[in-house]
Amino acid sequence: MDKDINIKVKVWRQNGPKDKGHFEVYPLENISQGSSFLEMLDILNENLINEGKEPVVFDHDCREGICGICSLYIDGHPHGPDEDITTCQLHMRTFDEGDTITVEPWRSTAFPVIKDLMVDRTAFDKIIQAGGYTSVNTGGTPDANAILIPHDQAELAMDAAACIGCGACVAACKNGSAMLFVSAKVSQLALLPQGKVEAAKRAKSMVAKMDELGFGNCTNTGACEVECPKNISISNIARLNREFLKAKFKD
Amino acid sequence: MSWLIKSSIGRKFVQSLSGLFLILFLLFHVCMNLVLIFNYETYNFLANEMLGANWWAIVGTIVIFFGFGVHIIYSIFLTLQNRKARGNIRYESSSKTPATWSSKNMFVLGLVIALFLVLHLYQMWYQMQFKELFMIEGARHDSAQLVEEVFSNIWVVILYVVAFIALWFHLTHGFWSALHTVGWNNDIWMKRIKMIGNVLSAFICIGFIAVAVLMHLGYSNLLA
Amino acid sequence: MNKIDSKIPKGPLAEKWTNYKNNQKLVNPANKRRLDVIVVGTGLGGASAAATLGEQGFNVLNFCIQDSPRRAHSIAAQGGINAAKNYPNDGDSVYRLFYDTIKGGDYRAREANVYRLAEVSNEIIDQCVAQGVPFAREYGGLLSNRSFGGSQVSRTFYARGQTGQQLLLGAYSALSRAVNKKQVKLYTRYEMVDLVIIDGRARGIIARNLITGKLERFGAHAVVIATGGYGNAFFLSTNAMTSNGSAAWQCYKKGAYFANPCMTQIHPTCIPVHGEFQSKLTLMSESLRNDGRIWVPKKKEDAEAIRNGKLRPTEIKEEDRDYYLERRYPAFGNLVPRDVASRAAKERCDAGYGVGTTGLAVYLDFADAIERLGKDVVEARYGNLFQMYEKIVDDNPYETPMMIYPAIHYTMGGIWVDYELMSTIPGLFAIGEANFSDHGANRLGASALMQGLADGYFVLPYTIQNYLSDQISVPRIKTDSPEFEKTENEINQRIERLMSIKGKHSVDSIHKKLGHIMWEYVGMNRNEAGLKKAIEEIKEIKKDFWTNVRIPGEGNTLNIELEKALRLADFIEMGELIAHDALDREESCGGHFRTEHQTAEGEALRHDDEFSYVSCWEYKGEDNVPVMSKEPLDYEFIVRQQRNYKS
Repeated sequence: MDKDINIKVKVWRQNGPKDKGHFEVYPLENISQGSSFLEMLDILNENLINEGKEPVVFDHDCREGICGICSLYIDGHPHGPDEDITTCQLHMRTFDEGDTITVEPWRSTAFPVIKDLMVDRTAFDKIIQAGGYTSVNTGGTPDANAILIPHDQAELAMDAAACIGCGACVAACKNGSAMLFVSAKVSQLALLPQGKVEAAKRAKSMVAKMDELGFGNCTNTGACEVECPKNISISNIARLNREFLKAKFKD
Repeated sequence: MSWLIKSSIGRKFVQSLSGLFLILFLLFHVCMNLVLIFNYETYNFLANEMLGANWWAIVGTIVIFFGFGVHIIYSIFLTLQNRKARGNIRYESSSKTPATWSSKNMFVLGLVIALFLVLHLYQMWYQMQFKELFMIEGARHDSAQLVEEVFSNIWVVILYVVAFIALWFHLTHGFWSALHTVGWNNDIWMKRIKMIGNVLSAFICIGFIAVAVLMHLGYSNLLA
Repeated sequence: MNKIDSKIPKGPLAEKWTNYKNNQKLVNPANKRRLDVIVVGTGLGGASAAATLGEQGFNVLNFCIQDSPRRAHSIAAQGGINAAKNYPNDGDSVYRLFYDTIKGGDYRAREANVYRLAEVSNEIIDQCVAQGVPFAREYGGLLSNRSFGGSQVSRTFYARGQTGQQLLLGAYSALSRAVNKKQVKLYTRYEMVDLVIIDGRARGIIARNLITGKLERFGAHAVVIATGGYGNAFFLSTNAMTSNGSAAWQCYKKGAYFANPCMTQIHPTCIPVHGEFQSKLTLMSESLRNDGRIWVPKKKEDAEAIRNGKLRPTEIKEEDRDYYLERRYPAFGNLVPRDVASRAAKERCDAGYGVGTTGLAVYLDFADAIERLGKDVVEARYGNLFQMYEKIVDDNPYETPMMIYPAIHYTMGGIWVDYELMSTIPGLFAIGEANFSDHGANRLGASALMQGLADGYFVLPYTIQNYLSDQISVPRIKTDSPEFEKTENEINQRIERLMSIKGKHSVDSIHKKLGHIMWEYVGMNRNEAGLKKAIEEIKEIKKDFWTNVRIPGEGNTLNIELEKALRLADFIEMGELIAHDALDREESCGGHFRTEHQTAEGEALRHDDEFSYVSCWEYKGEDNVPVMSKEPLDYEFIVRQQRNYKS
């Protein structure tokens, strides 16, 4: 049964990219365990505003676990200490009376902090722009049923396509590697006949962009897979490696 | 071929191949060591006649050194890059993401193994092959006896055992990870490959440890 | 001069769009490069339009409020997308999809627009498959279809419970490709704050860079608004936190007509409100109603015991349960349209039979389905929704019935547009949820995705050329003109005014008050007295807001409270307009239900003789009542009928 709890939140405050940043501890009273983690932060912000202070800046939008914008590192886990969820789906019942909850932004060179808990993830967009698509213009496409795709193949592609681009994989990775993100898109398209045509080019250009943007080298710790809110499998990374090496050896 | 240096997957490909090559070498090495338990004469034959100062042994040695060199240099290179990618500020609430200990400490494990290697090369290889090649006095042809002398010291045995345990950790992650990086993995094979890796690492490390311990206890040259 | 000219092409319904395309003016490739188009928004409509216009050769500037175009709220759509492919061979056709959409919209949509929508629906599926959207497939490799929202044919394509996500990522990938080819310039974390009009035409926007807090000017030959709906005027809705109606509202204040603002859709299967701190509502796919049975206790004392935690729903005997939808609508049962299901739930709760701690919830029970199909089948169909529910409510829906309650979900009203999707301001276009054109008084399930992509991929890229073809001699729009200067100054003053209030109430606290009034009086059940009261109370809120709001920080830096305040200022005004429109429309139709106008059985009662029109509101200044003109809806091809879900 949900009850009201008293907690402390230890939040990273950083007033802009160049600021050094520091932690602030805020006590909060009578927080319902039925409220979501972000609603708890809303209450904190409401308190701060009423005290004439600046609210904590954090990214949030759909609040139903699909837009992928939320990006909080809570008590040692990207998206907090619960399984298969994004930060916005984390509820206060995960915490107990008297807890001090540490909230930090994603930490990675490729994701610089903008303010407080908000980070810049345009690097992910740039990777997709480098090749995360099929080169088809609008119109003139064949009938949707013209090419048969085996059920299991489509399901596998969908497993990979479920990625929400939140960056938890990078945040969890001790190497700051974006391989899970990149491999999900490369896999999705390599598994489908429509994407297969450009698979080699796509793998090469997306990996090149990923390297250029300063993401680290994957050492297969599997931390990304554990923290991925959408359960993207690291098998996709093996597939990306395969696609990439195949492409390079063909050259 | 510049992608083997410039691209992250290329670099890891090199690291994986060199790692897999070194695993093959270790397999060969442990098999040869096991001979010590059974017969010194055979071992000495293998060490001196088959290997020793023959041209193929020299070429082999160079290749193995090259393998180690590449593996070590790339590991330094990759680790430095990865630390940079991670950024200067660490997490205050240190990561609680469950991941195998070995996967997170490959570099440290590698460092332990590399330090051990220096000792090992001095104690064994320098005495056997190096001295002979460079005509330094005191080259040993009674290799088995040399090994017995070395392992008579309990502290050396302990050091060796520690290094082999580090090697075990290194290999349990290294084997499947290398195959993963060369693209030879999927959901179904993941478990199998990890299992094969564990069996392989166990065989290699238990083999090495068994030889060191048994020789120390005098259970060697049993079929002499 | 009457600005309302819907420009419907002549000819038989099925030939209108073809005729239009055959006769419209096009822009030649060399000239396209010289024409700039601003697209605001990167949802299904915005991303697909920006990508397509870029591919065609126009120079496109695309704006998005989030950090990435992939986060637009289209991503949250779960159920599916309709198309008239008739792959399952169950009798579907373009005409049938058109007819169902018109009927579902309670005969308040334009025939020609809806027919065009149904016509291009098939191309959308082809397009998405070519992009690599992993739609569900049968074992034979063909695309799978399901029936949705009580439709008699299976015409809904889907990708698990994440169809919106997959379609958006498809459009996002097309957009990314265009960005890579330098056909589209992308501006992320930018929010449009005003429209710039030069010589009566839309010629650019002022956008606030949300990172620096600075205002920036952008000129173009045409501006496309694809910023979604205004459901957040109700504070609690299934919309995302940044979803707002401000871009559309700025256009309205600059002279674009706003059509049918009172047409808001309430979705019956949302997770109920659980407390004051609630920040938004979570929707669960309507598909749940395919297998779930909706009920409340028959006895008031049981309902009360449940509310007090003394009784569990599973302890209520079968004969003491009231499956009120099955009781009232034997033919459609739990699959009645959204508005009917929503109102019936509210009726039961208002009568004192509601469950949950607040009494504002009804049960959606899967016990029968689990018994009939087995837990595995239910899990395969709804597993992700059950998991989502359990995470939020901390209750296992396999064992105890789910609780649901209606919530604001979609707004059918929006910027008035003609057949070419152009507003009453030349050069200003609106697509997707931001316009009003295709859903009438109520939108069918799985049709929002269809409309967004239809507008963006296949309609606007044609119709905009008819406008741009005579703009080719207009040089690139310079942003140092007095019009830009003036507009920017106005916004600066507005921001300064807001920052200088330094009052006592946070933006959210005022927004919550607005939400309460909207939900109470302008929500599911509306009546004259309530709406008049709402208008008065909203005026009070407006006064409170402009004298009492507290915004910390500076106006020209990253300031999340200022962002919210700018949006709320518009929501307040929008709320007032919604109430005005609802008051004016003295009938019930679709999502708009006036309690004075219902049948003896409590169903929506339309008055086709008086209200067969689109209400088009024109802004008349800060303190004046807006003026309404009518676009008559003459049905040439369809005979109107009263909806009947009983038999």
